[in-house]
Amino acid sequence: MSNIGSYEERLKNFDWSIAEKELGYEEGDKLNIGWYCSDRICEMGKKDKIALYWEGHSGKERKFTFDEIRIDSNKIGAFLRSLGIKAEDRVCLFMDKIPELYIGFLGVLKIGAIAQPLFSAFGDESLHVRLDNAKTTAILTQRKHVGKVRRLLAKSPYLKHIIIVDHDGKKPLKDREISFDMENYEAPKDFEIHQTTAESPSVLHYTSGTTGQPKGVKHVHYSIISQYLTAKWVLDLQPDDIYWCTADPGWVTGTSYGIIGPWSQGITQCVLDVGFSAENWYKFIEKNQVTVWYSAPTAIRSLMKAGEKVVQKFDLTSLRHLASVGEPLNAEAVVWSEKVYGHPFLDTYWQTETGSMMLTNFPGMKIKPGSMGKPFPGITATVVDTKTFEPITEPSKIGLIAFKPGWPAMMRTYWENEETYKSKFKNGWYLPGDRAYIDQDGYFWFVGRDDDVINTGGHLVSPFEVESALLEHEAVAESAVVSKPDEVNMEVVKAFVTIKPGYEINDMLELKIMNFIRKKLSPLAMPQEIEYVDNLPKTRSGKIMRRLLHAKEWGEEIGDTSTLEDDE
Amino acid sequence: MEDIRDIVLEYVIEEYLEDEDEELTYNTPLISGGIVDSFSMVSLKRFLETKYKISIPDEKASPEAFDTVNSITELVKEYVK
Repeated sequence: MSNIGSYEERLKNFDWSIAEKELGYEEGDKLNIGWYCSDRICEMGKKDKIALYWEGHSGKERKFTFDEIRIDSNKIGAFLRSLGIKAEDRVCLFMDKIPELYIGFLGVLKIGAIAQPLFSAFGDESLHVRLDNAKTTAILTQRKHVGKVRRLLAKSPYLKHIIIVDHDGKKPLKDREISFDMENYEAPKDFEIHQTTAESPSVLHYTSGTTGQPKGVKHVHYSIISQYLTAKWVLDLQPDDIYWCTADPGWVTGTSYGIIGPWSQGITQCVLDVGFSAENWYKFIEKNQVTVWYSAPTAIRSLMKAGEKVVQKFDLTSLRHLASVGEPLNAEAVVWSEKVYGHPFLDTYWQTETGSMMLTNFPGMKIKPGSMGKPFPGITATVVDTKTFEPITEPSKIGLIAFKPGWPAMMRTYWENEETYKSKFKNGWYLPGDRAYIDQDGYFWFVGRDDDVINTGGHLVSPFEVESALLEHEAVAESAVVSKPDEVNMEVVKAFVTIKPGYEINDMLELKIMNFIRKKLSPLAMPQEIEYVDNLPKTRSGKIMRRLLHAKEWGEEIGDTSTLEDDE
Repeated sequence: MEDIRDIVLEYVIEEYLEDEDEELTYNTPLISGGIVDSFSMVSLKRFLETKYKISIPDEKASPEAFDTVNSITELVKEYVK
């Protein structure tokens, strides 16, 4: 029997107090995610249960019980306090998927500070704009990434502490750097968890939009209510499960369902911190006897590409439930996974701003491959007309996905950007920026983004950010960035550029520009293709018409070109 | 011809290695070791194609084929005339 039981029954009289009761929370109580994910589990008699199995490069392994993550997160909290870090200060976690990242996240929350996880593959500029926006006080990082932090120190006066979690003493620490050794740091005897409440800020995740700089999505400790219940009902986590969430906590899935969801239930999870290869992944599942696997369409399509033969080399019979997030999961992947693993990947839809799952396919529900599923109980979802923002009642008519605000994990604002936050609401609905339709049975079907943001491998890339960075390359005069179709990543970044006089167009220049963006922003933002053009299509007012370039890449109708100044 | 292995090794160190203390050998895992990710593989492939004037089919550019300098070298040799 699945945790959710009957979806229809759950819809009746649903109330988020179900989660509050299970977590022993009452309105007005103190609420701290760090405590719920470690101390509370120990108090429930599970202190010796394994919380984390971790495997890194070259087969290196570490494991932690719930009591150990309780103590180690206290150590991190105590250490941060000793540096003078206080409640609501922003503390960035800029690490690979190592245990210090997962446990550090809880440690930051325990002292009431705001955890700001950032993807460790971010380049200099991406890191800087996010730290600068949040005025981050401290950053926890690894030796291998500290070079990026050092390069932005001169323009980051607010950043007071660079905490290196794996300093080996071979080279001296530099300005503002300090070493922290989680294993050998003395555990504090009386560690006091900060008395945060439901609306205290907890996590700041950054997300990209069409225009402007990345936005800091502010979440609060109360988010645990919906993260707990969605993990329980959708991922169907049960006491003896071994759970594997492949997402990086630099992104929201990695914290909502790679830390908070499983650990608030006392579930054992495992983490593999090595690059992708089908063989490595299957070996990891077999070795750890993974039962519940939460992954992403890009990874699933890569596994499909690797073929069925490699699957047969491993015993994957421990798997009992699979789910997916990040971008729409194509029907072929659902059908393929059922055939090959004996279980289909069930798609879930949500985003950084929603904090928890919104539309999902539930265990036991009839699955329509390719569909996003149905709203989680307690979520009022519809599609609205693009002009009036009124709900569309006609089945299969395309509109904008819309949610009635008010679920626990909903973002509270964009960091110091209330205006943009407010712009996300129309006619009383929160609009995540995606188009979809609802079929006659109430299933949602994804159609596409409603803006120019590129979703590559489940991560959002702002065309504006890439265009701006391209203009900083000495050879680039103008740039326009759009998505282009990709078999594995759904879409990837493509740049159109005009070159300044005196520069020769050749393959080496293309490679130099690609690497320039990779290092400045991130590998995700690096154009996978650069097309040189004499002119970029513009409106009469001089605005670059991405729409036209996008249509060309996707083989779509170009539409009204009457305002074009020059159509190539 | 210069040793392909050394050219690839030097390029990977210069372009992808973030930790200056990390020692990179011909057999250091690049993809599974987290030094080169799947997105960055595209630029590494482009470098090989530009440098050696070859075209590596996408289906040959697998994480396994790009996992070490040695395996990359073997792949390049298949296409260099």
